[in-house]
Amino acid sequence: MYQYDQYDQRAVAERAAQFLGQVERRLSGEILEDEFKPLRLQNGLYMQLHGYMLRVAIPYGLLSSKQIRKFAHIARKFDKGYGHLTTRQNLQYNWLKLQDVPEVLRELASVEMHAVQTSGNCIRNTTSDQFAGVARDEIEDPRPYAELIRQWSTFHPEFAFLPRKFKIAIAGTDSDRAAIYLHDIGVRIVRGPSGETGFQMLVGGGMGRTPLIAKSIREFLPKQHLLSYLESILRVYNMHGRRDNKFKARIKILVDALGAEEFGRQVEAEWALIKDSALQLTDAEVQRVAKYFAPQPYAKLPESDAKLDALALSSNRDFGRWVRNNVTRHRQPGYCAVTISVKNPKVPPGDLSDTQLDALADLADRYSFGEARVTHRQNLVFADVRVDALEALFKDLAALDLGVANSEKLTDVICCPGLDYCDLANARSIPIALEIMQRFTDVDYLEDLGDVSIKMSGCINACGHHHVGNIGILGIDKQGEEFYQLMLGGSADYDASIGAVLGKAFPKDKIVEAVATVLDTYLKIRDSADETFLMTYRRLGAEPFKKVLYGDN
Amino acid sequence: MEIIRNGEIVQDRWQHVADDTPLPEGDVIVSLTRFGAERDALLARPGKLGVRLPPDVDLVETFPLLDGVALLAIEFPKYTDGRGYSTARLLRERYDFKGELRAVGDVLRDQLFYMRRCGIDAFELKAGKDIKGALEAFREFSVTYQGAADDPRPLFRRRG
Repeated sequence: MYQYDQYDQRAVAERAAQFLGQVERRLSGEILEDEFKPLRLQNGLYMQLHGYMLRVAIPYGLLSSKQIRKFAHIARKFDKGYGHLTTRQNLQYNWLKLQDVPEVLRELASVEMHAVQTSGNCIRNTTSDQFAGVARDEIEDPRPYAELIRQWSTFHPEFAFLPRKFKIAIAGTDSDRAAIYLHDIGVRIVRGPSGETGFQMLVGGGMGRTPLIAKSIREFLPKQHLLSYLESILRVYNMHGRRDNKFKARIKILVDALGAEEFGRQVEAEWALIKDSALQLTDAEVQRVAKYFAPQPYAKLPESDAKLDALALSSNRDFGRWVRNNVTRHRQPGYCAVTISVKNPKVPPGDLSDTQLDALADLADRYSFGEARVTHRQNLVFADVRVDALEALFKDLAALDLGVANSEKLTDVICCPGLDYCDLANARSIPIALEIMQRFTDVDYLEDLGDVSIKMSGCINACGHHHVGNIGILGIDKQGEEFYQLMLGGSADYDASIGAVLGKAFPKDKIVEAVATVLDTYLKIRDSADETFLMTYRRLGAEPFKKVLYGDN
Repeated sequence: MEIIRNGEIVQDRWQHVADDTPLPEGDVIVSLTRFGAERDALLARPGKLGVRLPPDVDLVETFPLLDGVALLAIEFPKYTDGRGYSTARLLRERYDFKGELRAVGDVLRDQLFYMRRCGIDAFELKAGKDIKGALEAFREFSVTYQGAADDPRPLFRRRG
């Protein structure tokens, strides 16, 4: 993975020192909370219901075991003993004290980490595919470009006070695991006319109050122009995005108002003036960064697909199921990628304790070259595990409550912190997620349902991505009571779609029952076991589900 | 009034003049509206001329008219309004403006470093703020990843 050089190291150290000064000036009263707010936000520090939440950046989700150990240490020393994985591949601490935060940032800086620009109206952490570099359907590894974007966007002097937050995702495969159509900018690695790789540039996707699918404004951008093109998009947005209404301030609203064609024209006009500037990437720089993402020093092993097929039918049924659901095929013979589900009925989705984190660091060292990745579904991945070590790894994970075989299954729920933590929320989401996980425990039933996603948010800001869940749940408040809207048909893949609300919202004690009804209906009406929930919904629409849930009227 | 210019605290002799106030002697800064209405007279008078640019200024339209203007004051109505950063970079990098670029309005210490990178060289700090302490802001970072008005080369063209 990428290693800091003297410049990167100095930048995070200086940032930690700067924030220490800002906190001191805040605590002394020299600056007001209103002036402090954007400063703390640009350092990932939110004021939540109970106290401060710190969001630590995990660039494109990639972690070393040393960093995971540091997470454990911080959770133990400064928090209540756990951290929370987010849908943007970051990690959050929910219980920090303001005066401890500079020390936490220093600790993070010592392992090449920071919380820079993980909140605030600036360019956020760039996210990517958790199987980058090992996926079989990959055109090119997106991580070197994600790292180049990280450096370009970090402390960008022109774009620190945008109209609203700004999120970029990059993917380089046939199937999208980074939800690039739902980002302010989605970058897709594609092949150009003569086979060389470059980028398709998508703009204006997003969730929140106004969910929109990103539009393509350039089908093929030669590689060396990546940064100048991003800078052009950001400049047009910075100068023309709405600032009068925070709910209309995201780039998607500007793109929608101008039309993608006109927005693209403005970007191209700006780009024509800067494309040949010093922003043009040099081959030397691309190669320097790409070297850090070279393949691991794999052992030379025989082809292992047949072996994986056999393990999937292992007489140890739990293990077999886990291989079927949580193991992904790898480019390198003898290796596979393992998704470690952080979704079990005992804890909120995405929460990891300090003991689990420490143990995961050791397991990463033993099984996966000392690295792990965070997924946008709030799980972890060991990307380079030997197939012949799978059974041992499964045992070790199961002992930590991390051996749940539900990757991409119904109980692999995405969920925002909700009213338990967040002061924007209208309803709780964690208890509903837990209720779903506790209710649907029949593993054969879950496998029969196949790949289906439930995504849940506690308010319309949509941090739990409810718009793009195959099943989406949105918490709302009706005269002080929590209600839940059900929507169906969303998808975050390249065929992205926004789910449609089914009908009247359900009270808290009825929503999980409604989900169960939807699932049973699907099983009855699908045309075969190969037709996924989403396919069935797209074929038959909402009617069959409405009928069962609400009757004929 | 004390302002920061080129990293130092200096006494400033420029006078901001409201649209309905008669022009005093000496160097004055007027609004873009007034400049538009009284351009020839303003440029003909003795004393230097500065113009305040609103955050939504259209430089393509406006810049050609600014010939002879010695100072441009970029308005930051709120420190969270980042349009002025783009305006400053364009003035320096695209329009090659050589005069003083001054940040006015809600100008606070913690924005100075980025403002200077974008080509702003003078700062009217918001009233009541510690101007001496604000000078620290320029020393907080020794690393910059991007090219900007201060140095067009991104770090990858400078990395040793």
